[in-house]
Amino acid sequence: MDIKIPTVAALAVEGKVPEILFWVGCAGSFDERYKNVTKAFVKILNKVGVDFAVLGPEETCTGDPARRAGNDFLFQMQAMANIQVLNGYGIKTIVTACPHCFNTLKNEYPELGGNYQVVHHSTYLQQLIDEGKVIQKGAKTAFKGRKITFHDSCYLGRANNIYEAPRKVLEALDAELVEMKRCKTKGLCCGAGGGQMFKDAEKGNKEVNIERTEEALETQADTIAVACPFCMTMMSDGVKNKEKEGSVQVQDLAELIAESEGL
Amino acid sequence: MSIISQVIFTVILGIFVFFIAKRVNFIRLNIALGRPQKVVGNKRQRWKNVLLIALGQKKMFKKPVPAVLHLLIYVGFVLINIEVLEIILDGVLGSHRIFTSLLSDFYAPLISFFEILAIGVIFSCVLFLLRRNVIQVARFQKPEMKGWASLDGNLILVIEIILMGAILSMNATDQLLQGMGNAAYPLTGSFLVSSWLMPIFDGYLPSTLVIIERMAWWFHIVGIFGFALYVTYSKHLHIFMAFPNTYFSKLTPKGAMEPMPEITSEVKMMLGIPVEGETTPPLEGFKFGARDVSDLSRKNLMDAYTCTECGRCTAECPANLTGKKLSPRKIMMDTRDRMEEIGKSRSDAKVHDEKFLLGGFISKEEINACTSCNACVEACPVLINPLDIILQLRRYEAMEASGSPASWNAMFQNVETNAAPWKFSPQDRFNWSEELKNDK
Repeated sequence: MDIKIPTVAALAVEGKVPEILFWVGCAGSFDERYKNVTKAFVKILNKVGVDFAVLGPEETCTGDPARRAGNDFLFQMQAMANIQVLNGYGIKTIVTACPHCFNTLKNEYPELGGNYQVVHHSTYLQQLIDEGKVIQKGAKTAFKGRKITFHDSCYLGRANNIYEAPRKVLEALDAELVEMKRCKTKGLCCGAGGGQMFKDAEKGNKEVNIERTEEALETQADTIAVACPFCMTMMSDGVKNKEKEGSVQVQDLAELIAESEGL
Repeated sequence: MSIISQVIFTVILGIFVFFIAKRVNFIRLNIALGRPQKVVGNKRQRWKNVLLIALGQKKMFKKPVPAVLHLLIYVGFVLINIEVLEIILDGVLGSHRIFTSLLSDFYAPLISFFEILAIGVIFSCVLFLLRRNVIQVARFQKPEMKGWASLDGNLILVIEIILMGAILSMNATDQLLQGMGNAAYPLTGSFLVSSWLMPIFDGYLPSTLVIIERMAWWFHIVGIFGFALYVTYSKHLHIFMAFPNTYFSKLTPKGAMEPMPEITSEVKMMLGIPVEGETTPPLEGFKFGARDVSDLSRKNLMDAYTCTECGRCTAECPANLTGKKLSPRKIMMDTRDRMEEIGKSRSDAKVHDEKFLLGGFISKEEINACTSCNACVEACPVLINPLDIILQLRRYEAMEASGSPASWNAMFQNVETNAAPWKFSPQDRFNWSEELKNDK
């Protein structure tokens, strides 16, 4: 397949505005592991033939980590600059694979003049499945007989009440979905939100990601599905710490879909 | 009843009303220390929250066992207070069981119903005491629950048991006196629960029974006045505060942080964006974020008076679960303690200028440990938001005190210079596209 990754700027030269802006996010752009999620999602978008584009080098941090760590000046600087770019291009719909970007774009940009329809990739993937564009209903996938547990991201779940979409995506894979004891509204954080990703944890008796990984491993699932770059890092580190990386994978929803589609 | 007891009762009632009014005003002024907030959004949704979450206790039922026990106390408390109305009327008017003639045949079934509720209250209070002190449910054993907090919780349960005991004793002796044909005790018919207790008091002289009945009556009503006043000093204030607190709680998604419009004009000017339309000028004494309770919003402060220290927030907090110092419940307790401290010495400058909520009560170590996961907010049965206070305190550290952890300062710098929280070159941001294209 010939992969196309148009930028919004290139489309603008032709006088076009993409139907969907794929907001990649910093982790999706730089983090070695999460770049794979970005690539998987772009492959899916290509396969489906959606009219999408990315900002490419014009994208910058949404300001979320600065805001959670208390620096609202920096957040508003970032947000305002991004809004100028987005409004300048006339962007209407944004899809992102990062719940932190999703939350900030959706809930915190409107007060600064950025009004878009913002969709998390779990919801978007669910729509594609519902429309029959990926994974035909009843299709046999490579996941038959596998056990998957889903780790709720706080910024998707409690922050924005998205619990069902990622589960629907996993159910479409025809795998056995097993829940951890603490799931959905009671889901335990991976430990990286609120700026924790960017500093060492305070003194305690355990790392949050170890606590969560132990719970995920208790389900006997062979795959821990995540939908957030920070959760991806924390859960992968947790699995490595427990020396289970040989038998348990941590994968994003988009990667699982791409894999089952043979992309 | 003699005119003397009517006078004494009315005086006690007056004193009670005076002290309660004083205390209510004290709390009102403390909450008014906070920043005023516009209440925006859907009134219908707000009332729905009051009905479902405060009145209907919807969120309590996430934990069914304590929810049912709590419901028994709650229903008992609300309904048995109808009898308190009768007691107050009797006390002032010198009547005895004034509702007897009013309700005639319905009186005995109504009191019997209240007695069943009283048994429910006693049952729940005993089990709650066991949960706190014998089973030792983990969330009641945290460091912030030592001393007064633990005593407060136990006192409330014990007082409730004693008050219910007084009602039942009062009713039992009343029925005995009715049976003896005492003219002061008009016939009511038999009460379901207390009639079983009559043998305990059987055999006493009628004059002794009158004394026991009167003592139980006075003890019950003065006890209720005392308890009501005590409640305003205690964590138990949630019985009233839950209602306004659910009404005023935010309706936006939990992930949306409290906006900070006061700095938006400045940011726009820095970026060279024209500032137009309505701007929000900073209030007098405006700080970037919160150092003390006066920098928090009135809703934050109302939250603190609403907290009944059940600890569901702390039990769900990932930081607390893994041994960090942060406890969302302690954040609320500290906020209330600081308000009380300021309230008690409003004119004392020392209290205002030398000690603050941040540093004096809540440490940086605590607020820095928060993952902003909203588990505490989700767990609270009465829509308290500890996270909002934590984030306001962080704002103060970051923007006023330059007190953020060094690695956060480095992250800020990266965002500023590299447009990403990590130290990557902005030029490399789109490298993944080439990698993907070259994959095939």
